[in-house]
Amino acid sequence: MAIKKKKIAKPKAKKRKKLAKRSKKKDKKLKKVVTKKSATEKKLKKSKKTNRLKKVKTKRGIKKMSTETVKSGVSASLDTSHLKVPFPYKKKYGNYINGKFVEPKSGKYFDNVSPINNEVICQVPRSDTKDVDAALDAAHAAFKEWGKTDITTRSNILNKIADVLEKNLNLLATAECLDNGKPIRECMAADLPLVIDHWRYFAGVIRAEEGSIAEISNSQYSYNIPEPLGVVGQIVPWNFPLLMATWKLAPALAAGNCSVIKPAEQTPASIMLMMELIGDLLPPGVVNVVSGFGLEAGKPLASSKRIAKIAFTGETTTGRLIMQYAAQNLIPITLELGGKSPNIFFEDVMEKDDAFLDKCVEGFVMFNLNQGEVCTCPSRALVQESIYDKFMEKVIARTKAVVQDNPLKMETMIGAQASVEQMEKIKSYLDLGKKEGAKVLCGGEVAKLNSGLETGNYIQPTIFEGDNKMRIFQEEIFGPVVSVTKFKDEAHALEIANDTLYGLGAGVWTRNGNIAYRMGRAIQAGIVWTNCYHAYPAHSPFGGYKQSGVGRETHKMMLNHYRQNKNLHVSYAENKLGFF
Amino acid sequence: MKVSATNSALELIKELKATHGEDLLFHQSGGCCDGSAPMCYPAKEYLVGDGDVLIGKIGGIPFYISESQHEAWKNTDLIIDCIKGMGGMFSLDNGTGKRFLTRSEICIPEDVKLN
Repeated sequence: MAIKKKKIAKPKAKKRKKLAKRSKKKDKKLKKVVTKKSATEKKLKKSKKTNRLKKVKTKRGIKKMSTETVKSGVSASLDTSHLKVPFPYKKKYGNYINGKFVEPKSGKYFDNVSPINNEVICQVPRSDTKDVDAALDAAHAAFKEWGKTDITTRSNILNKIADVLEKNLNLLATAECLDNGKPIRECMAADLPLVIDHWRYFAGVIRAEEGSIAEISNSQYSYNIPEPLGVVGQIVPWNFPLLMATWKLAPALAAGNCSVIKPAEQTPASIMLMMELIGDLLPPGVVNVVSGFGLEAGKPLASSKRIAKIAFTGETTTGRLIMQYAAQNLIPITLELGGKSPNIFFEDVMEKDDAFLDKCVEGFVMFNLNQGEVCTCPSRALVQESIYDKFMEKVIARTKAVVQDNPLKMETMIGAQASVEQMEKIKSYLDLGKKEGAKVLCGGEVAKLNSGLETGNYIQPTIFEGDNKMRIFQEEIFGPVVSVTKFKDEAHALEIANDTLYGLGAGVWTRNGNIAYRMGRAIQAGIVWTNCYHAYPAHSPFGGYKQSGVGRETHKMMLNHYRQNKNLHVSYAENKLGFF
Repeated sequence: MKVSATNSALELIKELKATHGEDLLFHQSGGCCDGSAPMCYPAKEYLVGDGDVLIGKIGGIPFYISESQHEAWKNTDLIIDCIKGMGGMFSLDNGTGKRFLTRSEICIPEDVKLN
């Protein structure tokens, strides 16, 4: 299908306008948080400080949410009116195939619950092979034109997607909070700004990019031209539903591919809202969203002969199975399978009691970000024994000051685990940690919240002290749980850091640049954050060593994970070689 | 390391056998998201290699774990339970409303010392 410039230039469809209008009346305070980085940092810093020092007072200060059933029909715990946005979800969504929402072929839907209180917030399709086939049909039809679309056009569309998402940031952030259970302030200050930034980054990077030319001889040239793979399959996890979808979609589309994407069954809704907002900016069939269960919809997609690549974020056993399918179809893969990332604190961090030390303490407490449901969660902390007691005193105090409450409240720092089963898994590890003889320094239990949150999935921020051989040090718990151990010196720290099956992320905290460099180079992990943690800008590659996966995500190098290289080898010589 | 199953897990295995046939296997996952979940597949669909360790059978089904994970988990016995849930990815429990969950007990081998 031809892409009409007019359509691209005027993206304001009625549907989007209506949704944009819904979130127009933005709370000025919230707007500041998401639009001005410095303001965000200040606000979070201030809020953290207040929470640390005057926890009781702050809690009392939290704007109370209404206690009655709200207009949308959901209970008061899911009320979004204090955020100045309407309840973001419709009662039911179809699959987004070929530019419109369509019923699943089987007519089957399933209930999508919010982890905040496990109440049903909408229904989504329980798709099967037939829906995946329909999506693949649409994608293949769209690829004929989309794969040839000029780069400027693709870039402009990606920029427009970013603009629309930015206009609807509060609405989408609220939707993400409801679907996943993560704190609204993280959605507003991290998830959604990163989503927008990734679309803009890939819009920008393809404009500046060029192929290469090799001069083989003065009459022979090799022109290297990147070409899209075609139709790709993408399977998104439930921990950052919109951000992980964007990490996959933005580079794939920028490179000229069409996508069939399956959101996780635990968090299937926010991507539907995103497609409602941005769908008509893209030609029909370029992005197709098929909702459903892994076995029924994910497997037919991953094993399809009609995909040119499969990108998957998840765990090792399924990763292997996906490789098996890819082996049968001889297609490339990108796998991101998790980690058990070490966060290492050297003794010099405590040389002064200054802002940097405060930053280090926050760096430790980062294990609570997104309730610990991050593949790079700093879930192993290594603290030099000479500072252990004093440093631990500080981080325990900071961890205890983490405000756990309804994630829809702006003051909440840790929200709900994404599903009941995830909470059960974390509980099984809390249980195991104690059996292994690890010492609980704080937390260690299910958090029993009240005021309508009794039915939600909440775990106390937990610090275990133990030995790196324990299973709580060896396996990703994917919850707000950190396992701490001591080290003697640099060599010992490195030995413990690399004593793991995985190698996704790591953190090194020191005032000594030489130690930072040596450790950074010697840790076997795809990303070593030095004096920072959990930073995910679009031009910073993400991916793992060892069993953490294959390939990278984000950064312009991602484009080549979604492309072929066409080598146009040309001879400008008149004369034959002389062989025959 | 040994593996056993609770009654509710054995019940779910029975249901899965009735739907998908007797020839199934388990593979213990690791990593993020659904990591740590015991995944159940038709035996012919999942390629078990030399790098996998058979640690036992539950409900007549062989239970495997990768060698490297076996090494890291060797101080524990696994008890496969069944809870309510969506199920893990392409595992046969997915979509049944129930899912398998790995619980663990300590079984410290004599040659290993913990602090």
